Amino acid sequence: MNHSVRVAKVPRTPHKSLRAKHSKVWQLYVLCALPVLLLLVFSYIPMVGNLIAFQDYSVRRGLASEFVGFKYFRQFFEMPIFWQIMKNTVLLSVYSIVIGFPFPILLALAFNELSHARTKKILQTVTYAPYFISTVVLVSIMMQVLHYRYGIVNSVIKSFGGQPIDFLSKKEAFRPMYVLSGIWQGAGYSSVLYFAALSGVDASLYEAATIDGATKLKRVIHIDIPCILPTIVITLILNTGSILSVGFEKVFLLQNASNYAVSEIISTYVYKIGVKDAQFSLSTAIGLFNAVVNFIILFIVNKIASKISDISLF
Amino acid sequence: MTGTRKRHKSKKIRLTVPDRIYMGCIYTFLGLFTLAVLYPLIYVISASFSSPTALIRGKVVLLPVDPGLQGYQAIFATSQVWTGYGNSIIYTAVYAVLSVMLTMMVGYPLTRKEFPAKKLVTVLYTITMFIGGGMIPAYLLILKLHLMDTMWALILPGLTGAWNVIITRTFIKSSIPEELFEATSIDGGSYFQCFFYMVLPLSKPIMAVLALSAATSMWNSYFSALLYINTPSKFPLQLILRNILVQNNVDFTAIDKMGSITDMMQKQYLSELLKYSLIVVSSIPLLIFYPFIQKYFIKGVMVGSIKG
Repeated sequence: MNHSVRVAKVPRTPHKSLRAKHSKVWQLYVLCALPVLLLLVFSYIPMVGNLIAFQDYSVRRGLASEFVGFKYFRQFFEMPIFWQIMKNTVLLSVYSIVIGFPFPILLALAFNELSHARTKKILQTVTYAPYFISTVVLVSIMMQVLHYRYGIVNSVIKSFGGQPIDFLSKKEAFRPMYVLSGIWQGAGYSSVLYFAALSGVDASLYEAATIDGATKLKRVIHIDIPCILPTIVITLILNTGSILSVGFEKVFLLQNASNYAVSEIISTYVYKIGVKDAQFSLSTAIGLFNAVVNFIILFIVNKIASKISDISLF
Repeated sequence: MTGTRKRHKSKKIRLTVPDRIYMGCIYTFLGLFTLAVLYPLIYVISASFSSPTALIRGKVVLLPVDPGLQGYQAIFATSQVWTGYGNSIIYTAVYAVLSVMLTMMVGYPLTRKEFPAKKLVTVLYTITMFIGGGMIPAYLLILKLHLMDTMWALILPGLTGAWNVIITRTFIKSSIPEELFEATSIDGGSYFQCFFYMVLPLSKPIMAVLALSAATSMWNSYFSALLYINTPSKFPLQLILRNILVQNNVDFTAIDKMGSITDMMQKQYLSELLKYSLIVVSSIPLLIFYPFIQKYFIKGVMVGSIKG
C-alpha cells in the first residue's frame, strides 16, 4: 500500500513513452495467442462438433456427413432405456443436492463457532483432506472397507451376530453409497467458501446482538445465515444447473452388472455407446440433449432466484 | 499462555444454558464428522501395515495387527505400479508447468485496459464455463488430430481453464498496483519486459495455486486416460490403480516371485493386503504436498470469491 502511494505522484496524463508502449500492444496479442488458440481448438471445435448429432456421421466424411435432422434424438427418446437413465441421473443428482448441499453450510457455521484457533485449524485440515484423494482411491477405499467377506464393516456386522451385506452389488445400496461418499469427500472442502463468507461478517453485529440478549443460535439464524445467503443461493443455482451432469468418474467405477439398473446414467451410457460401440451420432445427440437441458434448468433457476432474492449469476 | 487460557475459561462460564446446549451440539457434530472422515483413512493405513491373515480375519480395527511390510514388498515386485508412477510424474509435471505458463500468459493481457481483445477473450473463456463440447466430439477431435495414445491427449485440452484465468486476472489486478504498471511504461519497458520482470515475480502466490491445482487434478484423473490411452506402458498410475483395485486384476506373478508363498489361500490374502498398501503408496505425493495444497487451495477459493 505504501508503495502505491509513493508512485501515485507520477503524472497520469498519457506520457510520450506510454503512447510508445501502446504501440507495442501487439505484444499482448502474442502473449495470449497460444492459450486462446488451444481454447479455440479444444473447447470450441468440440462445440461445433456437436453438429454430428444431426448427421449420419462417417469418419471418412467428418462434418460433411449427410444431415438427418432430429433422427438420433428421436431414436434416443424412443429407447426403452431412455426413462430409466433419465430417472437414474435425476435421482442421483437430487439426492446429492438435497442431502449433500446443506452439509457444508452446517460445517462452516459450526467451524465459525469454535473460538480455539488451533482446534479449528486441525479440524479443518482433517476435513479438507478427502477432497484431494482421487476418485479411484476413494472407490477403492469403499470397496475394501465394505467388502463382502473381508471388509471391516461386515466384520463388525458379523461380530454383532448380523448377516453380512454385499453393499457393492446391492442395488439399494448404490445411491446411499454415492451420496454419502460424496459428503465424506467434498463437504469439508465445500465449506471453505461459506467459511470465507462468514469471516466477512461484521463483528459489531454480534456485539449488538449479545447486548440485546440473543442466544448463539439466534445469532446464527439472524446474522450468520442472512450474511452468507448470497453465497448459498449462487452455489445452489450452479448445483441445480448441473443436475443432469452427474460426474462420470465415480459412477463408472461403482458400476457393476448387479447395480446396473440404478447406476446407468446419461454420461456412462454416452461412453458406452459412443466410445465402445462407436455410435458417434447417437451418443453425441444424447450428450447434446443433456447439455441443453442443463442449460435450460440453469437459466430457469437463475431467473427464479433473481425474482425471489435479487441474487443471480447473469 | 495461561493468560489466554484464563480468559477463555471465564468466557465459558458466562455461557447461558441454551448456549451451552447449542455449543454441545456443535462439538458433537464436529467431533462425529471429523471421526467419520478420519477413521477410514486411519483404517486403510493400519491395514496396510498389518499381516495378511490378521487383515482377512477382521482383526484390524484401529491399529496395525502383527505389523509387517508384506503388502509393500508385494507392490515393490509389481512393475506396472512403478511404470504408472513414472508416467504420472511426467504427465503431472509437464501439465503443471504448461498450465501455469499459459494461464499467466492469458491472465496478464486481460488486466490491461488498452488491450483491444480483452472483452472478446473474456467472453470466449466465460462461455466455456457454461457450455462444454461433450465427450464424443472431444474424443473425435483427439482422434482427428492424431493425438490418440499420446500424453498430449491428456495434457492439451484442459491447460487454461476459465476459472483459473479469472482468478489469475483478479489476482494481478488486485495485488499489483496500477501505478507500478505505469511506472514501468514510463521507464520505457515493453509489455514483454513488464510481464517477465514484474508480473511473474509478483504473482508467485497465484502461480502456486495454479500449479498445485493443475498437479492434483492431473495426478488424480483417470478418465481421459481411459478414453485416450491404449498402450499399458503409457498408463498413468490412476488407470493402473483402477485395474488392480477396482477391477481386481492383481498380478499374481509378482507375488509368485516372492517365493515363499505357494498356498493359493495365502496368495488371495496377500492380494487383499496389497490393495491397502497400494492405496497408501499412490497417495504419498499428496501427503507430502498436502500442507502446501491446503494453504494454496484455500487461497484460490478466497481470491475466486472476491469476484465470483
